[in-house]
Amino acid sequence: MGRPLSAQEDTNRRMLRARDEMDRRYADPLDVPTLAALAHLSVSQFGRVFKEVYGETPHRYLQRRRVERAMTLLRQTDRPVTDVAWDVGFASLGTFSRTFSNVVGCSPTEFRARHSPVAVPSCFIAAWTRPREKQTAPPQTAQTEKREEVGAG
Amino acid sequence: MTTNHITSLHIRSVPVLDQDEALDFYTTHLGFEVRDDIDLGFMRWLTVGVPGQDTSILLELVGAPVHDEATAAQVRELVAKGALGGVFLLSDDVHATYAALRDAGVEITQEPVEQPYGTDFGIRDPFGNPVRISQPNAATPAEVQGAYDAVAAER
Repeated sequence: MGRPLSAQEDTNRRMLRARDEMDRRYADPLDVPTLAALAHLSVSQFGRVFKEVYGETPHRYLQRRRVERAMTLLRQTDRPVTDVAWDVGFASLGTFSRTFSNVVGCSPTEFRARHSPVAVPSCFIAAWTRPREKQTAPPQTAQTEKREEVGAG
Repeated sequence: MTTNHITSLHIRSVPVLDQDEALDFYTTHLGFEVRDDIDLGFMRWLTVGVPGQDTSILLELVGAPVHDEATAAQVRELVAKGALGGVFLLSDDVHATYAALRDAGVEITQEPVEQPYGTDFGIRDPFGNPVRISQPNAATPAEVQGAYDAVAAER
């Protein structure tokens, strides 16, 4: 390699390898000795340097990654919330719910409900896609359009 | 209708910390070919691309003339911690590509995963830039969205 890495670049690259390992094993317990070894740091140095590089503790980063994965599972599967919590590495439903709410701003159940596809009534779809006879229809106003929309569903 | 006469995406820049090392990685491991390797005096214009495909990537050395030294130091640190860049490639046999890169010792960030849009996995280039390699299936974007929505709709 031509230009040697600066000390900070070298530190960042080693911490990235450790963070990638956390991403790969997000559902496993935080294994600081292994991560520290990957980063060529002591266990006591690892947490401090990780926070210096990424702005949060390894524990907090892992929690956010787990919550991110849980968001996907909540939206894409019908697995119970408790199972989702276990799947992404949380050992207790209470910790999962508290962490999820802290990161996302709502509970896992609320998140799932908010992100379900909106069920559009078939009568609304029919009205929406129905050709209109503009020549014979009365002049449209914002109010009549609004009334049609409300009445269609 | 657009009137700006733009016809294609031609070159995309990837920040690298050493152009020779980048050239070796993108040609040896990813099978890219060299498009341009020109000494412009103020910089080395080094582009590579997938054989048979027009779009190139510029393996752009972080530093002058684009960056002053203070900015270059910041960008280099961001590259090294994986905060910049991103190349998305397609493969016609994603599992074979994965096996070859794994066996060559390339940093794997994620093993192949089945997705609604196909199968993909992740690697990093020598500097920390993420590279994602996918083998798409035949699903249209609407079908992919439908797959993401399907289970939720059953609830």
